[in-house]
Amino acid sequence: MADKQHLKDLVSQVRRDIVRQVHAVNSGHPGGSLGCTEFLVALYNEIMDHNPSFNMDGTNEDLFFLSNGHISPVIYSVLARSGYFPVEELNTFRKLDSRLQGHPTTHEGLPGIRIASGSLGQGMSVAIGAAATKKLNGDSKLVFSLHGDGELQEGQIWEAAMYAAANKVDNLIATIDLNGQQIDGSTDEVLDLGDLGKKFDAFGWQVLRVKKGNDLDAVISGLQEAVELTGNGKPVCILLHTEMGHGVDFMMGSHAWHGIAPNDEQLADALSQNPETLGDY
Amino acid sequence: MTCFSAVLHMKTYTNTGNKDTRSGFGAGLTELGQKNENVVALCADLTGSLKMNEFAKNHPNRFFQVGIAEANMMGMAAGMTIGGKIPFTGTFANFSTGRVYDQIRQSIAYSDKNVKICASHSGLTLGEDGATHQILEDIGLMKMLPGMTVINTCDYNQTKAATLAVAQHHGPVYLRFGRPKVANFTPENGEFQIGKAVHLQEGKDVTIVATGHLVWEALEAAKELHEKGISAEVINIHTIKPLDEQAIIKSVQKTGAIVTAEEHNYLGGLGESVARTLALHQPTPQEFVATNDTFGESGTPAQLLEKYGLNAKNIALKAQKVIARK
Repeated sequence: MADKQHLKDLVSQVRRDIVRQVHAVNSGHPGGSLGCTEFLVALYNEIMDHNPSFNMDGTNEDLFFLSNGHISPVIYSVLARSGYFPVEELNTFRKLDSRLQGHPTTHEGLPGIRIASGSLGQGMSVAIGAAATKKLNGDSKLVFSLHGDGELQEGQIWEAAMYAAANKVDNLIATIDLNGQQIDGSTDEVLDLGDLGKKFDAFGWQVLRVKKGNDLDAVISGLQEAVELTGNGKPVCILLHTEMGHGVDFMMGSHAWHGIAPNDEQLADALSQNPETLGDY
Repeated sequence: MTCFSAVLHMKTYTNTGNKDTRSGFGAGLTELGQKNENVVALCADLTGSLKMNEFAKNHPNRFFQVGIAEANMMGMAAGMTIGGKIPFTGTFANFSTGRVYDQIRQSIAYSDKNVKICASHSGLTLGEDGATHQILEDIGLMKMLPGMTVINTCDYNQTKAATLAVAQHHGPVYLRFGRPKVANFTPENGEFQIGKAVHLQEGKDVTIVATGHLVWEALEAAKELHEKGISAEVINIHTIKPLDEQAIIKSVQKTGAIVTAEEHNYLGGLGESVARTLALHQPTPQEFVATNDTFGESGTPAQLLEKYGLNAKNIALKAQKVIARK
């Protein structure tokens, strides 16, 4: 368990890493990455029991699957700063011959990544499979997954949601990043998701809402509560209300920064709002 | 044709009784269930059709009924490999490939997952259900995926042997078999070597390479040709990827002509893989026994094979045609 100041320092540093990675190659997805920073910092530093000397099977450790793979900058930063690979490697993000592909993959052997993601809607099924194997192996650790809210428009998510409840996959905590935005606009405008709480509840999940998804304390206590709910015969869903672009004022609350990079001036502005705490790569 | 060719000795293959290849898969899976505790099976509401009942009964904790949700099945199978399981997925060929191509591509093939995609009811010979269920493009879809091994077995015994063999192979595999009862003629408990062609007949005038149900038809064609004084070499290509290129090149160096035979579209199938190999290493006249860029239709398996020219008669005709092109 990390002390609170260290977690706050990590959040600031990870935000710097995100905008610097995206700026360096003038491509990538900063908005969703910034919005999920508190969640992933909390998960990897306060919640999960995991081993940075990575092995694919991950037996007797908690596992995390990123289903919305486009927020790769944040997972790369969090993994690097957890010791999975050198932070200097963040310099190679989206460049030729890099292990840090545009969307996370296993193909180049990047430690910490157990499945490719990017084509949306597949991660919940993968997480369920990993959770089933844990049960077969008598491994009591948990499986976590993260999904975009727009991603829930993919039908496979609901195949998976139905399966997990029907088969009592209760060692799974699936978090939905509810930022209300997707590429073409707000989720309400593009394809209204309806009442997700009622939907997951009707599918047979335990649903927990974290209203302040960019507040470290709220995220940690939400995750702790979710962990308490495991083992009850039902999968657990966290509806995590976040703000796209959180921590960089001009990126906040809009879908405009879903998939574009800041220019030099915007980078300087973004960095000035997120002090260097643990050393830039 | 020279008289010399006609008197070459032909090996005799005996049909020990018609059996369906899917039952060979079922028997293999049952045996794996006893032998290898890491083997798990997933099925999308077709347990009886895939002959997975025995495994499901023997190992209820290792059998996963996913319902009519093939995309979720493929994703789950990928996830189950994490922690050391060897998942075998079961549904029809159409729903094993075309329906879930992106799930296989990203979560299994690109992610290097040790999943065995087992597909029954492939090709035309599932019969009366018609074109919605008769995929003739699946070999092409699967062979285009980097790292995917593609196997199409010819009879019950070979399908059982292949099922056992793929469990020993690390990496994604597409194992294709079918519904109808067909001749069972390969050795019982024979060895199955992935990527290794099987020579069934020695010949001098033409090479016939066949896969799946058409291997038996190729043997029948060789008999017809023999009666006409034509000596046909017959090779069973059970593994389309990786292809045993040397076996094919060596054979056509001797015969100078080749016919490929498969229950699949000529686009994307075994024939195209063979043509590429020969274009690169040993340019050779080739004829294709395959469907001609078309969907299937309802009918009995025998009627369909006759109508679409996937039988011994047409293989023999194409053999004579290709010999004339030498």
